Amino acid sequence: MRFLSIAEQQMAEVAKALSLNADLIAMDEPTSSLTERETEVLFDLMRSLRDEGVSIIFISHRLSEIFEVCDRITVLRDGKLIGTAPTAELTEDEVVSMMVGREIDEMFPRTATEQGRVVLEVSDLSDGDELQSVSFKLHSGEILGVAGLVGAGRTALAETLFGIRHPVAGEVRIEGERVTINSPQKAIELGMGFVPEDRKQQGLFLNMAVRENIVISDLDEVASWGFLKFREVERLAQDYVNRLDVRTPSLRQRVRNLSGGNQQKVVIARWLTLKPRVLILDEPTRGIDVGTKAEIYHLLNQLARQGVAVLVISSELPEVLGISDRILVMHEGRITATLNRDEATQDAIMRAATGGKINHVVE
Amino acid sequence: MELTLFDRRITIDFREILQRFGLLLVFFLLCAVLAVLSDRFLTISNLVNVLRQSAINGIIAIGMTYVILTGGIDLSVGSVLALSTVITASLLQSDVPVPLAFVAGLAVGGVLGLVNGVIITKLHIPPFITTLGMLVIARGLALTYTQGRSITGLPQVFRFIGTGFIGPIPMPIILLAATFLIAVLILNRTRIGQYIYAIGNNPVAARFAGIPVDRYVTLVYALSGVLAALAGMILIGRLGSAQPTAGEAYEFDAIAAVVADPLSDRRAEHLSGARAARVSAGLHRLAGTVRAGAGAPRPVRP
Repeated sequence: MRFLSIAEQQMAEVAKALSLNADLIAMDEPTSSLTERETEVLFDLMRSLRDEGVSIIFISHRLSEIFEVCDRITVLRDGKLIGTAPTAELTEDEVVSMMVGREIDEMFPRTATEQGRVVLEVSDLSDGDELQSVSFKLHSGEILGVAGLVGAGRTALAETLFGIRHPVAGEVRIEGERVTINSPQKAIELGMGFVPEDRKQQGLFLNMAVRENIVISDLDEVASWGFLKFREVERLAQDYVNRLDVRTPSLRQRVRNLSGGNQQKVVIARWLTLKPRVLILDEPTRGIDVGTKAEIYHLLNQLARQGVAVLVISSELPEVLGISDRILVMHEGRITATLNRDEATQDAIMRAATGGKINHVVE
Repeated sequence: MELTLFDRRITIDFREILQRFGLLLVFFLLCAVLAVLSDRFLTISNLVNVLRQSAINGIIAIGMTYVILTGGIDLSVGSVLALSTVITASLLQSDVPVPLAFVAGLAVGGVLGLVNGVIITKLHIPPFITTLGMLVIARGLALTYTQGRSITGLPQVFRFIGTGFIGPIPMPIILLAATFLIAVLILNRTRIGQYIYAIGNNPVAARFAGIPVDRYVTLVYALSGVLAALAGMILIGRLGSAQPTAGEAYEFDAIAAVVADPLSDRRAEHLSGARAARVSAGLHRLAGTVRAGAGAPRPVRP
C-alpha cells in the first residue's frame, strides 16, 4: 500500500468500498490530493457507480467539482443544515452565500481606507535567482495584492523581505530608514509578520497545543527573566482565540486536530500578538472553506483600517481583485504591472502575469 | 499525549498504561525477584548504592534528552567524558586548585559540545555524522594526551564529588537530582524550553516564527557536553583515577534511557528521560550490584 501514490491509495480506498458492495459511499474531500486528471478518473467512476444505483455523498470545499459531479447539493454551516437543492437550481454564487451566510458582495468587504505614509519601500531588490530588480511601496492602511503565476517569484519576494532568503542587491526601507533584514528575528524586530504559504510545513507546530502555537513568537511578552508566566500565556492565547474566533475545544488542543481554516487563524493570531506594522501573507486562504475565507478577508480589512500595511500574495484572481487596494503583478521575477483598484481586471492581470504573451494566444 | 506547558492529562486506558509503564512494571518485578533471592537487596544501603551508580548515566541522559528533543543525537558523550576527565585529572596532578580543575573539565565538555553544535548548524552536517566524528576525535585526543595511561592519585577533596555524602545522601545522587530538577524547570517553565520543543517539533516553522534555531541547537549540544563532563567528574571522583578509555559505549546507555522512557510519549516529546534514565540505568546495574553484594564475582564493565 505504501508504494502507491496518494492518488492510487485513494483509488484503493474507493475499490475497498466497492468490494463491500456498498449501496452508499461517503467521500470526504477525496480530491484534495488528486491531480486534475486523476480527479476526472474518479468522477467518471462516480458517475458510472451512480448509474448502477449506488448513492454517493461527496464532501468537498471545491465548488467547481461539486457542480461538475453532484446531482443535489446540501450546505452545512457551523454544524447546521442550511439547505438542500438540486444542482440545476443553484448557481455558484448562491451556494457561496449559503456557506458564508451573507450575500456574495459582502465576501470582499474592501472599503477604500485612508492611505497613510509609506511604511515599506523596496528598491531594485534582487536575490540573484528568482527576483530581479523589484521595486514598490507599501503604505500604512493599504492592502497590496501580489498576483502572478506559480514560479513568478512572489514567494521569493516575501521570503526575502522576511529575512529567510538573502538579497544580493537593492535596498529595503522601513518608515524611511534603510534596513538590512538578514533573519526572521530581525524582520520581527522591525515590526513585520509573515504567514507562509505552507502552513503545515512552515507555519505550525502541529503536535503542540493551540496555546503554544499562538504565543511562541511573543514569549518575551509573557515571560520575566525567561520564566513563563502561565496566567499571562493563557490570557494572551485566549484573547486571540476569541478575537479571531478560532474554533477549538480548548487552548490545549493540538493544532494538528483543527480544521485548515482554524489552523490558518492560529498562524495569523501568532503574528497579531506582535502587533505588526507590516503583515505579509502568502496564499492565506489556500485549502480553506469559504466561510473562513470571508472571515480572513474581513480580518485583513480590519487590520488595514487600523493602519497595518498588508501584503497579500494570492493565486486566486477573484480574491486578489476583491481585497486589494492595488495589485502588483509579477512575471519571471519582475514586477510587470502595478494596477490600481479601478483599473484591475482579470484580463489585465493575466496579461501582465504571462508577460503579455496572452495576446498572441488570443490572436 | 499532548504537549503542554505545565500539566499533563492522564486518560485511563489500560493498554496505553501497559505500553507506557511496562518497563516500570518489569523494573519492579525484577526488584521483587531480587528481593526474594537476596536478603541484602532490599537494604537502604544497597538501594542507595544502585542509585549512586546510575547517577553517571542519568546525568548524561538528561543532556541527551535535550538533544533528542531538538531532533538530533549526540554519540560523542562517552569520549567527551573521557577527554574532560583526563584533563581535569592532569590539572589536579599539577596542583591546580580543585574548583578550577573541576570548572576546566566542564568547560572542555562545553567547548566540545559547542564544536558539535556549530558544525551541525553552520556546516549542515547531520548530527549523527558530526558527533560520530567527535566520538573518534575526542577519544583520540584523550589517548594521545595521556599516552594511553591512567592518571591516578586524585586529591581527597576532589573525590568528594564521587564518594562524599551530604547528610545521609551520596553526592552523586544530589548532583543527579539537582541536574534533573533544573533541566525539568528549564524545559517546562522557560522560554528556552518552549523554543527547544518548537525546534524539535518543526525546525522550519521555528525559523519562520523568528526563533534563532541555530543558536538554540548549538546551546543544546554544548549543554550535552557539559553534562557528559559533569558525569565524568563523578566517575573519576569515585574511582580516584581517570582513564582515557572511560565512558566507552555510554552513548548507548543514554540513548536507551531516553528512548525507552516509560513516562513519556513514544516520540520523546516530554522530559522524563531523566526519570527513565534512573529506571533503566538502575535496571542495568541491579544484577551486578546484587551479585557483588552476595559475594559473587562481578562482570567487568568497560
